[in-house]
Amino acid sequence: MPSKLSMVNLLRAGLTYMGLRGRTAVIAIPYIWLLLFFLIPFVIVLKISFSESQISMPPYQPLVQWVGNQWSDIRLHLNVGNFLYLGEDSLYLRAVINSIKVAAISTLLTLLIGYPVAYSIARAKVTIRPVLLMLVILPFWTSFLLRVYAWIGILKNNGLINNFLMWSGIIHQPIVMLQTDSAIYLGIVYSYLPFMIMPLYANLEKMDLTLLEAAADLGCKPFKAFTSITLPLSMPGIRAGCMLVFIPAVGEYVIPSLLGPPESLMIGKVLWTEFFNNRAWPVASAVAIALLLLLVLPIVYLQRTQDRQVDSA
Amino acid sequence: MSTYNQRSWFRITALAFGFAFLYVPILSLMVYSFNKSRLVTVWGGFSTEWYGKLFENEQILQAAWLSLRIATINATVATILGTCAGIALVRFGKFRGRNLLSIMTTAPLIMPEVITGLSLLLLFVALEQLVGWPEGRGMTTITIAHITLTMSYVTVIVQSRLASFDVSLEEAAMDLGARPAKVFFLITLPIIAPALLSGWLLALTISLDDLVITSFVAGPGSSTLPMVIFSKVRLGVSPDINALATIMIGLVALCVIVAGIAMARQQRIHQRELQLVNT
Repeated sequence: MPSKLSMVNLLRAGLTYMGLRGRTAVIAIPYIWLLLFFLIPFVIVLKISFSESQISMPPYQPLVQWVGNQWSDIRLHLNVGNFLYLGEDSLYLRAVINSIKVAAISTLLTLLIGYPVAYSIARAKVTIRPVLLMLVILPFWTSFLLRVYAWIGILKNNGLINNFLMWSGIIHQPIVMLQTDSAIYLGIVYSYLPFMIMPLYANLEKMDLTLLEAAADLGCKPFKAFTSITLPLSMPGIRAGCMLVFIPAVGEYVIPSLLGPPESLMIGKVLWTEFFNNRAWPVASAVAIALLLLLVLPIVYLQRTQDRQVDSA
Repeated sequence: MSTYNQRSWFRITALAFGFAFLYVPILSLMVYSFNKSRLVTVWGGFSTEWYGKLFENEQILQAAWLSLRIATINATVATILGTCAGIALVRFGKFRGRNLLSIMTTAPLIMPEVITGLSLLLLFVALEQLVGWPEGRGMTTITIAHITLTMSYVTVIVQSRLASFDVSLEEAAMDLGARPAKVFFLITLPIIAPALLSGWLLALTISLDDLVITSFVAGPGSSTLPMVIFSKVRLGVSPDINALATIMIGLVALCVIVAGIAMARQQRIHQRELQLVNT
């Protein structure tokens, strides 16, 4: 019969083992989930972007085929045709360029609107800051789809703005606002504004205000102090905010299809059409890979910015 | 002081414009849900008839029920997985593959949804060919897709909460002989509870709202609420969608405000306890 002491030791060893196992499980469970449902799918997209379309379900040919019973009978159908096709048809190139243009303009507009708001919140009284922040985040909690939908009612020919302008006699013909590129910009700015304000606020709130006092003491005008102190110091916030808006905006589908002109070329819309309307899964996969390659640089840039912020903190 | 006042005027104007921009569209949506006229933006008198019409619409009710079920399961699983990932990233120091986990938890946040949706669908199709699961596409595949997307949000929230509180509380408990699991349930969990609640709520609302990823992984007969809304909205504005929007926005606002008050109260109690400890 083992002594009491050795029983305790055994128990402790067992528990340490359990503790270690618990730790491993905490890492392994989300890890396996993300590997299976986030990383591996990208490998499959890459694989299918190289396969050939065929009319069946699923509508693509397998990449690797056994034509006989021996290992030497493996046939690899590596088909770069989908990517060549993307290069040949100018539609895809135009879609890429237009998506970058739309995303860039919208990001700039979001910055111009978001910066004053973030700045004003960061300089407000400490007691009301949480309330103001809450007000910025609250719309983000409500349905994105419905918020975009709200703009249809405002912008359309017999919508709020046109009705008001006609009623007040400023115009006699409705201005076409819905189904224009400007409506897409507006939709993106509106939907992604919190993504811009939050990192800007986090940055501006941490700023050392004594720098501004020192500048004022030395006779620096507030505007000059803003451009030479506040603005350069808030660059990390600006970078993070701009990337957080730009990256999802490039692949945006809902906003251009609800607010934009029917023929508007956005790469997200092109992917959607290839997949759902043309059932061209390999081409859609190739578009996805192209879009991903396009976004790799901004994503790496964002990650770097955030790492640097963590390091400096 | 004149420059100070000028600047405060600038700030008030900026806030007023910013918040008007954020809230006027939502308010207009809600106001026009009580419009009698079928032409949504032409006022024809007060009426609640669209709310009645909404509750007779079998398609919308079914979609809403499906969306609610998916969202609840999703929020719960995503909170568990996201919390695990958050704890691993903040508390476990350096372990093999930590960088990959960090990238995999932030990437879904900014990845264009068309890519995530397409890649998940291709995975489900490949899995079905290989192992026969999942059989077809529907509620299961939508839920898995939503969990993958929303657990990242939970991870970010839990991470920031964990990073902001003192490790020494956990260390003290460990020194006093508490097992890791006990430390987690007695110390860590109560402290990060507000983050878990907001993570759960965020996962719920994102799931209730997602259109793009859902459209890729949904099968015939599994139309969620956003899919039904989108197909109606594409044809133009319709007053019953305004009524639906008002109900949804009202519910979300209520949840967020109640959660906000609860968290503020907890924070105050927590601070009072800290003060007691310090004195």
